[in-house]
Amino acid sequence: MTVPILKQGDHLIASVQSALSDAELTDFADELAERVGRFRSRGVVIDVSAVDLLDSFATRTLRTIALVSRLRGAEAVIVGIQPDVAFAMVQLGLSFEGVTTALDLEEGLAYLRRPKEGDLGVR
Amino acid sequence: MSDDVRVAVAAESDVLAARQEGRRLAAAAGFSGSDLTIIATAISEVARNIVHYATRGEILLRVAHLDGRPGIVVVARDEGPGIPDLEQALQDGYSTGGGLGLGLPGARRLMDELEVVTELGRGTTVTMRKWTA
Ligand SMILES: Nc1ncnc2c1ncn2[C@@H]1O[C@H](COP(=O)(O)OP(=O)(O)O)[C@@H](O)[C@H]1O
Ligand SMILES: [Mg+2]
Repeated sequence: MTVPILKQGDHLIASVQSALSDAELTDFADELAERVGRFRSRGVVIDVSAVDLLDSFATRTLRTIALVSRLRGAEAVIVGIQPDVAFAMVQLGLSFEGVTTALDLEEGLAYLRRPKEGDLGVR
Repeated sequence: MSDDVRVAVAAESDVLAARQEGRRLAAAAGFSGSDLTIIATAISEVARNIVHYATRGEILLRVAHLDGRPGIVVVARDEGPGIPDLEQALQDGYSTGGGLGLGLPGARRLMDELEVVTELGRGTTVTMRKWTA
């Protein structure tokens, strides 16, 4: 598999490798949507810390993957955007609008595990 | 020019090759850090446009100088359909291919200079330059 997807409790962790081809990215989208259903996952962390470039096509595809996960019932967080990559994205005019981003895997998981409205014992 | 680096572009794997060559040549020209990513990202956008809109073409890369400052010149050239309304194509969000429409205007922001010469039925040449600080 080109994008390893690990199951951790209620959550999935996907680590996108650098220089992924468009076909691999599309396969990843299908695989992730399928696993969210199979494992009834509540959250997905998409780790892009190994990615050294995100152009407009890759950004749009990752954003779509995150939004599809949410429609399948799993909240998605994109983590690990490298500083140089973020800088180039901003100048290009790109954003992950509508998708939560976090600094790294740890922060992403902390975000997914935060107490939510409706949880027992939480006001 | 004889020291041009030429990358034939006809498939997505060539887009990856073009941006890798661009990174390498930009480093040789004296760019570092985020500039390398910025240049590679601009190359990725124009190379993708070749594959998407013209099927095939080429990327030429070379080191050049402006008032003694080294820099990089990127030429993306194809003999595809050309761009009917160039002014629109250079606006944020304009796409005839279901894209984000940020490739050309975004590449213009990433680089110091971007010029497009296009003729319907003849093809498109995008020339981009960036100079070291
Ligand atoms: N090499 C090319 N040949 C023909 N048309 C092109 C070329 N490059 C860009 N275009 C046209 O310019 C538009 C804008 O390009 P761009 O800013 O990269 O956005 P996108 O690729 O997302 O559509 C494209 O939708 C297309 O109509
Ligand atoms: Mg484009």
